[in-house]
Amino acid sequence: MTDPMRVGRTSGYGRPPVPRRPESANLADILERVLDKGIVIAGDIQVNLLDIELLTIKLRLIVASVERAKEMGIDWWEHDPTLSSRGGGEIARENRELRDRIAALEAAADREVPPAARREGLDTRSRAPAEEEPGD
Amino acid sequence: MTETGTYVYAISRGRPDRMSEAMEGVGGVAGAQVRAVAHAGLTALVSTVGLAEFGEDALKRNLENLDWLESTARAHHAVVDGTAAVAVTLPLRLVTVYRNDERVREVLSERGEEFTEALDRITGRTEWGVKGYADPAAFTSAGAGPGDAGRGDTARGDTGRGDTRHGDTGASSPGTAYLQRRRAQQRTDKDAREEAAACADRIDYELCEIAATSRVHPPQDPQLSGHEGWMILNAAYLVDDERAEDFRAAVTRLSGLRAGLRLELTGPWAPYSFAEEPTGEAAETEAAEEGTEEEEGPWTGS
Repeated sequence: MTDPMRVGRTSGYGRPPVPRRPESANLADILERVLDKGIVIAGDIQVNLLDIELLTIKLRLIVASVERAKEMGIDWWEHDPTLSSRGGGEIARENRELRDRIAALEAAADREVPPAARREGLDTRSRAPAEEEPGD
Repeated sequence: MTETGTYVYAISRGRPDRMSEAMEGVGGVAGAQVRAVAHAGLTALVSTVGLAEFGEDALKRNLENLDWLESTARAHHAVVDGTAAVAVTLPLRLVTVYRNDERVREVLSERGEEFTEALDRITGRTEWGVKGYADPAAFTSAGAGPGDAGRGDTARGDTGRGDTRHGDTGASSPGTAYLQRRRAQQRTDKDAREEAAACADRIDYELCEIAATSRVHPPQDPQLSGHEGWMILNAAYLVDDERAEDFRAAVTRLSGLRAGLRLELTGPWAPYSFAEEPTGEAAETEAAEEGTEEEEGPWTGS
């Protein structure tokens, strides 16, 4: 077997094509790697992975550039299983479901407006759904 | 009598004495000293940390504190980077903490095979990061001309001008003229964005030809990275070391693909983005490759 030290020396690390300045590495570059990448093994401090995932998701939600990129039609990371499994797609789906649920509840509430209110024309919006009840 | 735990940064195949030597003078997380814990031919780089800072409750609080997160992430990275400089290294995710060194040896023993396979996969290869930025002004300006790279949509631009001509009489009204300008401008924005996305696709495609494998990362928060313009690409490539120069040359060449495009090469990185087994993704790709041989793809027609 080859000496592991020699393997290390022959790697790109040994002969870097660009000067290495780890201190100046961009915080965003470091965070996306140390939080999101790297091998995951369960430590004895169990809470850590969940926390990191929450934090990463939070960072993503705050990140305006993600939204802007989506507007541009750039959404490559959503198709990357290592990223989408982390909850981004899950949140989007949940949001859609919640929006649908709110819409359904609002429609139901409209239908339940007492007839008296309708007669008095207090809520004009309530008439439409009552008149053309969707047959679902 | 403070409670402590063992923080693990990375797993490598380097000899423990050499690894400890390499870590001299490198401060670990919370300024702790970095040690080597060896077992079954593998060496874990570790530090003893106080559970007052790295216990479950403390971590919950600390991970939400960007200053703490930054200093911990930088220290973690410095150890991983220093280790990777002298031996093939598997970086661990931030804040992997065990009760003691004995538990670390247990894990090295239990999952030794898995770690060895992962180390084999990254041996002789290095991770490089490539980020692509588009200058919105350059991509939107008429002079740049849509269609320089990929599918710039001139047809839509023509429609915009057609509208203006059609509305000749309306042009006298400043309001109409404004709305028309605004509409044309919106189309141009959309074209520019599509073109930027097409550029990113092409760059990624060409770099993937050279790299052994790649991973895409989400675009970064400008507040963290300080970048300007549109981040159109943020990817990591695992490149065979003998192809490192080719890769670098390709990045330089692709930077000139279009005016207003800028590529940034970062690295070499320890193979953070490739430490995990490529689970579903690789299996899918293999299945797809097998599939094309058996099925008649529409493109293999006659």
